[in-house]
Amino acid sequence: MTAPVVEAKAPGRAASKPPAPARRRGFAVHFAHYKWLYLLLLPGVLYFAIFRYGPMYGVSIAFKDYVPFLGVNGSPWVGFTNFTDFFANPDFPRLLGNTLILAFLNLGIAFPLTIVLALLLNEVRLSVLKRTVQTLVYIPHFLSWTIVASLSFLLFALDIGPLFQFVNLLFGTNVDILSDPNWFRPLIVLQEIWKNTGWGTIIFLAALATVDQDQYEAAIIDGAGRFRRVWHITLPGIRSTIIVMLILAIGQMLNTGFEQIYLMTNALNRSVADVFDTYVYFVGITQGAYSYSTAVGLFKSLVGIVLIFGTNWLSKRFNQSGLF
Amino acid sequence: MKIHNTRGGRIFDAANYVFLSLIGIITLLPFIYVIAGSFANEAEITRRAFFVWPEQFTLSAYEYIFSTPAFIRALVTTVLVTLVGTLIQLVLTVTMAYPLAKKNLRGRKLIMSLVVFAMVFSGGMIPTFLLVKDLGLLNTYWALILPAAINPFSLIIIKNFFQELPAELEESAKMDGATEIGILWRILLPLSKPVLATFALFYAVGIWNDFMSPLLYLSDNNMWTLQMYLRQVTAASDLLGTGNVDPSYIPPEQGIKFAVIVVATLPILIFYPFLQKHFAKGMLIGSVKG
Repeated sequence: MTAPVVEAKAPGRAASKPPAPARRRGFAVHFAHYKWLYLLLLPGVLYFAIFRYGPMYGVSIAFKDYVPFLGVNGSPWVGFTNFTDFFANPDFPRLLGNTLILAFLNLGIAFPLTIVLALLLNEVRLSVLKRTVQTLVYIPHFLSWTIVASLSFLLFALDIGPLFQFVNLLFGTNVDILSDPNWFRPLIVLQEIWKNTGWGTIIFLAALATVDQDQYEAAIIDGAGRFRRVWHITLPGIRSTIIVMLILAIGQMLNTGFEQIYLMTNALNRSVADVFDTYVYFVGITQGAYSYSTAVGLFKSLVGIVLIFGTNWLSKRFNQSGLF
Repeated sequence: MKIHNTRGGRIFDAANYVFLSLIGIITLLPFIYVIAGSFANEAEITRRAFFVWPEQFTLSAYEYIFSTPAFIRALVTTVLVTLVGTLIQLVLTVTMAYPLAKKNLRGRKLIMSLVVFAMVFSGGMIPTFLLVKDLGLLNTYWALILPAAINPFSLIIIKNFFQELPAELEESAKMDGATEIGILWRILLPLSKPVLATFALFYAVGIWNDFMSPLLYLSDNNMWTLQMYLRQVTAASDLLGTGNVDPSYIPPEQGIKFAVIVVATLPILIFYPFLQKHFAKGMLIGSVKG
């Protein structure tokens, strides 16, 4: 269908542009001409087809009763049974609650802290100090969750860990922070802050660098102090970045991070630690309920998509910039 | 920018500098404690709440772990998988990015939109696990390398980088009769060394740090990577009921945990300065054009 259209247009183009022989002839000629490029493209395309789109096709087992020897195609369809089973399961409200509480703690504490740290760094005029602090606070981002969890195990080790002693002294208690369900959420948020707050400032610092400097001078002449300048110039200047990052963060809300939660979960804190991501692992991989756990994972992804579009819609409705 | 240095402004600056310095130090303290602890003896770790320098310097924890076959195996395995995996992932990414950088290649837009779609939607843990299982990759190191072989973000950034290189370079090479692969190999790659080094490091850090893939795909303890080993050594009695712990397992002494953490962290800290040189720039290109 497209070939004749291209041919019809070609003479007109040829007049203004240098001749492009491959364009004028059919796809076969184009392909032959660029065969080396298509050959280079092949491994990457195969990768995406197999390892990215393969699992997307595999999601269909959420609507099936997956039997390993029948495979994804051969297993019988069961409609929405896996989903209704999940919603009827007493685990569901607990998982939803745990996931949402962690999400809101991260969104309410870690997210604003990132902006505050970026603002404070932006106020530094001593570039040596700024660079040094940036270098230090970016490091934890590159460490694995295994290392972060291991560090936590040592720092909060029962009786001997430095932070175990500090925290218990501070609150006048004597609890095992690593297994006490009340300490699970603070610990997770603390890890998140230590690992990713510094890294998160990069995008805000980049936005801060684009704020019009003339406005500051005008504000200074008008007698605006440091905090008024931040409030009236800096923050409005990076508002669109904040909104975009917030929309993205809300879209990721239900992704509590499998590795982090899994590593910090133990027999004593399961009641507060179980979230969708780890539930999918425990039920799917260790208990073999493949279809059911795929349905749980799909439900989580769909809620994420609804959240991202919903926030974007709300943001636009209130006359702010959106993501799309 | 000229700013009036009022008294309040100077106090704020001073407070801000002190505060940020503290933040930097607090970020670093866990590492310093762990490094100090790895060179301290058991009694000192138990007795002293916190220290940045051991009273009695000892290498016994390192001597112990480097005489443990399970640790050596995990370390060698992780180094090899990281090296081979990084090479494979980088080659796959570059060979895909180069054709996609050619504006007149047909099908390019379709492939790009499929790549972007794959950034937003994924099959998730279980369908990916079943795919790896069906491909017969369970309990092979391919399972740690192939499922995440091409990072769509890296692919797009490298593609954009190739696009921005001056077209005359390629045209003159074509005049001299170079093939597309020859152009990529002899002209583009030497020009892209810093960019490729950065993404190689990102891939290497990704494989080195990966915990989920070995957890999902390697059930044989003898195949474990360093992160899995670290998990077993440090979690010890804390993880009853989350699987993967041998019942006959004896919790190791504290000093050994410190030493294993140091070994698992060291490569990241060594390569960090090289990473840091480029990542901010790379991230920005990605966020602007992603």
